[in-house]
Amino acid sequence: MKRLWRWLIPLAAVPVLVLLAYGFRMSPRDIPSPLLGRPAPAFALATLEGAPWSLEAHRGKVVVLNFWASWCYPACYEEAPVLERNWRGYRERGVVVVGVDIQDKRDAALKFVGDFGLTFPVAQDLKGTVSVDYGVYGVPETFFVDRQGRIRVKHVGAVTDDVFRTTVDRLLAEATAP
Amino acid sequence: MSRVAVAVLAALALIGSGARPIAAQTAKPVNEDVVHEIGTQLRCVVCQNLSVADSPSEMASQMRVIIRERLAAGESPAEVQRYFVERYGEWILLAPPRRGFNLLVWLFPVAAVVAGFAAAAALVWRWTRRRRGVRTPPVAVDAAMSERIRRELESGS
Repeated sequence: MKRLWRWLIPLAAVPVLVLLAYGFRMSPRDIPSPLLGRPAPAFALATLEGAPWSLEAHRGKVVVLNFWASWCYPACYEEAPVLERNWRGYRERGVVVVGVDIQDKRDAALKFVGDFGLTFPVAQDLKGTVSVDYGVYGVPETFFVDRQGRIRVKHVGAVTDDVFRTTVDRLLAEATAP
Repeated sequence: MSRVAVAVLAALALIGSGARPIAAQTAKPVNEDVVHEIGTQLRCVVCQNLSVADSPSEMASQMRVIIRERLAAGESPAEVQRYFVERYGEWILLAPPRRGFNLLVWLFPVAAVVAGFAAAAALVWRWTRRRRGVRTPPVAVDAAMSERIRRELESGS
């Protein structure tokens, strides 16, 4: 009996250690999005130039929806050239890149777009409704929407060439299959 | 011909915008206490450990506007909360719902406190029992020793 007790006390620590090991391996920043596989929420905004831009108008294309802000340094500054480069590379193949600027000043946004020479449409989400519709909790976050208008991939943090190309190539490839 | 197309598109856009859930036409008076109450249960997504009701951030204030607009459109507080959970997951709730794996969070502290009290009680019981059970044996004092003690006491040092 006494020997049993001597073992029981250290053994009681095992489940706690297992739980801690599980908890500490998970990144608190990796929050699974419940939106994956679901239809991308429709939205219509005005671009910085004042032109209307709606997701509905781009159904049938692969849409790369990027949430960013001019104060989001360095990640948004790292990915801006990547997005521009790949927008130029893919736009003829049925891919749309759109930037949604959140929690930002218009002047700062215009400067950012000018500094990086961004040519893809950029709109400001002034009321935050689009951000909340997409469950955005930080910038940058990028959603890859397939041709059926479903959210397929959510990427948190700066988009790299590799992430952009593998994801978009995959969505383009499956879209051409009947 | 293109004018017709534009007109059709404009009509479609109008229908589309009318179908949006946040239509302010049927605005109901919104109780600010209800807005606050919903806000206290939602995590401010850009903060650390702050609710939407408490955070001064722009994101939280926009979320409070969204709560207000959805209530004004006739949604119940539970529906407003579900709207946020559907987009952010249960992560957005400051208190995890009491079911499934989450129950561990609710039950483990209670179980730990109960186990701690039980362990403390068991130890106290064992210690007191040992003191009661083990009698100190009378010290053997021989005649010479007791004689010496008596003499030293009497000498009144």
